Amino acid sequence: MGILVNDKDVVVPGEILAEGMDFVPSGDVFRDGEKLVSGRWGLVSVSGRILKLIPLSGKYVPKRNDLVIGTIENVGISGWRIDIGCAFSASLLLRDATQEFIERGADLSKFYDVGDYVMCQIVKTSGPKIIDVSMKGPGLRKLGPGKLLKVAPAKVPRIIGKQGSMISMIKEMTDCKISVGQNGIIWLVGEDPKKELTAVDAINLIERESHISGLTDKVKELLEKRK
Amino acid sequence: MNILKKHLYNTFDKGFREDGRKFDETREIFIEYGISSRSAEGSARVKIGETEVVAGVKFGIGSPFPDKPGEGSIVVNAELLPLASPDYDSGPPSIDSIEISRVVDRAIRESKCINMKSLCVKSGESVWLIFIDIYPINNSGNIFDAAALASLAALKDAKFPSLKDGVVDYKSRTKKGIGIVDYPISCTVRKIGSHLFVDPNVNEDLYSDARLTASFTSKNMLCSLQKGGNVSVTSDELFTMLELAKKTAQNYRKVFGK
Amino acid sequence: MSYTKRFSGRKFDELRPFEAKVGVVKRADGSAMFKIGSTIAIASVYGPRELYPQFLQDPKKGVLRCNYNMVAFSGSGDRVKPGPSRRSKEIGLVTEKALLPFIDLSDFGGAVVDVFIELIQTDAGTRCAGINAAALALAHAGIPMKDLVSAVAVGKIEDKLVVDLDYEEDSHEIGVDIPLAMSTRTGEISLLQMDGIISVEEVKNCVENARKACEKIKEVQVKALKEFYGLEAKK
Repeated sequence: MGILVNDKDVVVPGEILAEGMDFVPSGDVFRDGEKLVSGRWGLVSVSGRILKLIPLSGKYVPKRNDLVIGTIENVGISGWRIDIGCAFSASLLLRDATQEFIERGADLSKFYDVGDYVMCQIVKTSGPKIIDVSMKGPGLRKLGPGKLLKVAPAKVPRIIGKQGSMISMIKEMTDCKISVGQNGIIWLVGEDPKKELTAVDAINLIERESHISGLTDKVKELLEKRK
Repeated sequence: MNILKKHLYNTFDKGFREDGRKFDETREIFIEYGISSRSAEGSARVKIGETEVVAGVKFGIGSPFPDKPGEGSIVVNAELLPLASPDYDSGPPSIDSIEISRVVDRAIRESKCINMKSLCVKSGESVWLIFIDIYPINNSGNIFDAAALASLAALKDAKFPSLKDGVVDYKSRTKKGIGIVDYPISCTVRKIGSHLFVDPNVNEDLYSDARLTASFTSKNMLCSLQKGGNVSVTSDELFTMLELAKKTAQNYRKVFGK
Repeated sequence: MSYTKRFSGRKFDELRPFEAKVGVVKRADGSAMFKIGSTIAIASVYGPRELYPQFLQDPKKGVLRCNYNMVAFSGSGDRVKPGPSRRSKEIGLVTEKALLPFIDLSDFGGAVVDVFIELIQTDAGTRCAGINAAALALAHAGIPMKDLVSAVAVGKIEDKLVVDLDYEEDSHEIGVDIPLAMSTRTGEISLLQMDGIISVEEVKNCVENARKACEKIKEVQVKALKEFYGLEAKK
């Protein structure tokens, strides 16, 4: 009876995490009679009586107010479709597109064209197929030339670190500009290609070892060694 | 221009590649033989970095072409499985897969590395057919070179099955190989902007403007060429590409062996 | 007639050596390899992604599509003609039905999850190997699942019940082949086919044999997913 796993254990779908009524399932954990069962491949997270999972993979699930990086898929007559790494593309409506005045009948591709990358914010989600994003707000912009990395969305908090400590350290030590989308898409560019590669390796290291303690020191070590 | 492509250009202009390699540097190459030894008479897996291609050889018996009654033949087929990349679609063979099979086919055929007369069973009646099937398992760039190497490795691995009363007995395999002495090694050189390089990764593959696949015999003679991509190349570029291909093919040959 | 000793020398309830590996196709959203004896299956998963043409969409839940294919050089006899056949289409269908009860696509209305299974080498038991690889690939892709699905072929040769038939047994004249897939956690069966002649009582015993074999397979599937994480960290 009771809990059968430890915090941060890797578990697989169908694995029994706890028995009895002492624990409450949340997120990707479900109850089957007396048992709490994992519904996904992930890391166990125990907080008090609540058992949940941090998924190790999977597509981004859009959440309101998230800042995400996406690419323009299509330019329509009343707005744009943006691929933000979910099952469905998001829509950017004319009124949310820019602070500038857009004249009636203007060529919308002058603002954002197919293949452009943007940092945008999710303003509304209702149902899986309706995701509205906005380009009006601080930091929201069209991105310039750079490299894109994709990481599991669940790992984004580790890449950013507490109050942005991890990402600031990487930016500082590699002189790179880095923007991290909550959807796991990361844009970066540096003056020096070697330092840029160091930043990429640091981010990959965090993605691989996000569950291991002492990660900050490890990342620091890598950055210093390659300086 | 797409920002990812622009960034590739900018990095090239600084004399670098995105993943830190030199322009003439390939990723690590790994060849494994007999990966389907129960089913195929010859098989191999080639990995170039994260790119992986498998190829297999099956033998069959058929009638010779009327104009070449004493010669067998080879059939090369590549299928870009949707398993291997989000960019590959299901359905009938795409034009890209046809081009890959044709390019691989031509290198083998034109180098004359297989003695077609040795595939004759009975002149004018029955000859051996060699089927080479190529499948990418993961496309992380440079499928052309991986496909060519995997085909050669599968041919090297192949052993004839027994023939009983004109029918192939797949259960019993002989010790006789195809007997290739000079394998034609192919190398593809890519062009982005004015930069020439080998062994593209996913992005470099996607944003290449032009490519040239050149195949060489062990004496560094050319045996086939294929220029691809939407952009033309100058004759100076062409000559540089040929030199680069020659040098890289020599490196491939070191890994491939004799 | 009595089948006293298996062609392969295995015990009657003994599986061939088997192994599983996750993450074998880097470009896919999820992937896995499952090898049992000489049968090798690779599965990759793409999605959930938007399903086109639109009329195929189900607004209530995501659609699962499974594609089974033998590569041209993977047959025991002649070269397999490339492209879909009636056999490969049916196996794709039963694979889909084997996996569907245990995956939850309710959050992905309008989308599709594509599973591509390729057989690189075959020695019977290919649909079961494909299902084992596909279940792992789905878990690796982060698809919500109630359990991993495990599959094995059981059956009867002459007078003996056997587990995990190889090609020689599969093509035996007095043989029965029963591919079966299940969730070992719930005991529910999601794939069941059979050809040959056999009594109801014997089928009951076969199902019990399959359950034990699937438990062994499940152990290896679980290990592959758990170890993937450790191996990635070591790189």
